[in-house]
Amino acid sequence: MRQSAVHLSGALMKKVQFQSRTVPFLLLLPQLAIVTIFFLWPAAEAVQSSFYLEDPFGFGATFVGMDNFTDTLTSSDYGRVARFTGVFTFFVTFLSLGIALLLAVKADKVLRGASSYKTLLMWVYAVAPPVAGLIGVLLFDQHVGPITEFFALLGWDMQIGVSFFDTSFAMTVTAVWKQVPVNFIFFLSGLQGISKSVQEAASIDCRSGFRRFWTVTFPLLAPTGFFLLIINITYAFFDTFGIIDVVLKGEPGNNPVTLVYKVYLDGFRGNDLGGSSAQSVILMLLVFILTVIQFRLIERRVHYT
Amino acid sequence: MATITLDTVRKVYAGNVEAVKGVSIDIADGEFIVLVGPSGCGKSTLLRMVAGLEDITTGEVKIGDRLVNNVDPADRDIAMVFQNYALYPHMSVYNNLAYGLKNRGMAKDEIDRRVKEAAGILEIGNFLDRRPRQLSGGQRQRVAMGRAIVREPAAFLFDEPLSNLDAKLRVQMRVEIKRLQRSLGTTSVYVTHDQLEAMTLADRLVVLNGGVIEQIGSPISVYDKPASTFVASFIGSPAMNLLPVTVRDGGLALTNGSGLSGKNANGADSYTVGVRPEHFEVVETASADAAVTADVTVNVLEPVGAESFLYASFGEGGPEIVVRVSSHAQYQPGQKLVLQAMPEDVHFFDADTGKRID
Repeated sequence: MRQSAVHLSGALMKKVQFQSRTVPFLLLLPQLAIVTIFFLWPAAEAVQSSFYLEDPFGFGATFVGMDNFTDTLTSSDYGRVARFTGVFTFFVTFLSLGIALLLAVKADKVLRGASSYKTLLMWVYAVAPPVAGLIGVLLFDQHVGPITEFFALLGWDMQIGVSFFDTSFAMTVTAVWKQVPVNFIFFLSGLQGISKSVQEAASIDCRSGFRRFWTVTFPLLAPTGFFLLIINITYAFFDTFGIIDVVLKGEPGNNPVTLVYKVYLDGFRGNDLGGSSAQSVILMLLVFILTVIQFRLIERRVHYT
Repeated sequence: MATITLDTVRKVYAGNVEAVKGVSIDIADGEFIVLVGPSGCGKSTLLRMVAGLEDITTGEVKIGDRLVNNVDPADRDIAMVFQNYALYPHMSVYNNLAYGLKNRGMAKDEIDRRVKEAAGILEIGNFLDRRPRQLSGGQRQRVAMGRAIVREPAAFLFDEPLSNLDAKLRVQMRVEIKRLQRSLGTTSVYVTHDQLEAMTLADRLVVLNGGVIEQIGSPISVYDKPASTFVASFIGSPAMNLLPVTVRDGGLALTNGSGLSGKNANGADSYTVGVRPEHFEVVETASADAAVTADVTVNVLEPVGAESFLYASFGEGGPEIVVRVSSHAQYQPGQKLVLQAMPEDVHFFDADTGKRID
């Protein structure tokens, strides 16, 4: 920890010195304004309304203290959604990182037509999440979806929107498919950042390419991997909203939803603004704790070379 | 330990760029071979082909009696020291040294013995727990050497290992590499563009230019009898004076300029005459035995301590030459001098091909 802290502060030391005290603040102002308007203000609003029971038609609000929080945390529904969110996040993160790493390692070795190959792999990155969800829905369609038909051949009769497992499966596959290109780009640039002579030295020291990957390449990719881990967990948590919404076609029923989607459901479908705000406050705390834990624990094992 | 044999080795890159054009070298067991030449001469490519990091287009590379053209680098029983050291940044110094041995399935206590032994030889025993980034350039260089030594390979391959060090450390490590190679007796191939490094380290020098061998020989034989004007100008510092001459009235004269006279030793009409800076002698009047005499004007005197370099030219616009003189000699710019060189110190090269004429 101390080592990396010293190292990081060393990197930060190369800073510009300003003569005037106001100039740095002026330069920071646009960023601060955006953070305030789009994050701090809504967050403060959410914290405030999480302590109130709001009239669905906006006629008034009653202060209820911690009631919204206790109601949320004691409901069995919330526990079920939290468990699903955990499992969903794990699979989306693990699979999209794993598949992207595999593709990046293979693409790194391609010599002929490397650039067009890489461009094709990044293509999906340009697709917006709801559109990705829509494409996913088409692929998994009950009647014409090629993936559904393929699994039907193998004897799996998929029922998206009816079966909990089948719906989760379709969501996970679509979410992973959407995220792989982002991870791919980062892993590829991470791989290309590894010194060629270090890889050559390893090829003289170790015959097995598989072993070489796990002992030299993978540890050197750790900074990239750590960064992507945070990005992917955040993605699975928050940015999969569009995909889930399209897959469910606005009919959540007993289908799998994530915590973020539940915030939307309870707030805008159920008109329970107070409960919904309490849930977003819990999510904020969760993300805060997650970030602290990740930086504290994982960074210790990561080498910034 | 082993011999290394290169038989008409060629390397052609995509786009028909021929980096190495049919090179053959027989390297004896325990010999220290230095490949030297300007950048782009193919010396690193040649070394990397021996290491297995580069495919061999045609020709054969043998280590010992084994043809290794299609052998994996890890199975060639060689160790390589890279220009930027190529240490594993995420491993301690100990693990950097032990990594190659672990992958061979060597017993733990044998690995430990070898690492400790190498660390002792190279005086890096105190840094075994550190990471490469916590070491200075010289220490990293030692770790890179250590990684090569612990393998106890058939051959060491060095790819400009000293070029990232400062001048003082470079001289120190140069001496150490030589001493180490002598005591281990391991066949070594060393690539450098620094002619001084090449001269001091090599048992035999291989001078490369444009993908072909210009000359192979001991440093002194290469220095004394350069095979071409390229070798003559590349080996030795300051470089050999090369002067284009034409035969006039049975004697030698400068092709463009005046002030030089000499005996025509061969049959051709024009040559390039080469004289090393230390072989010009400042005299009152030229001796009758001198092969070349020159009337020159002093331009500048450059003292470097143990000696001085005198730059002088043949009249206005004539070629400039360098003469090595005593550090106590006093010459003024504009001063006229008579120089002479004895027959055994004058080299003749073909005016067109640049090849040596004996």
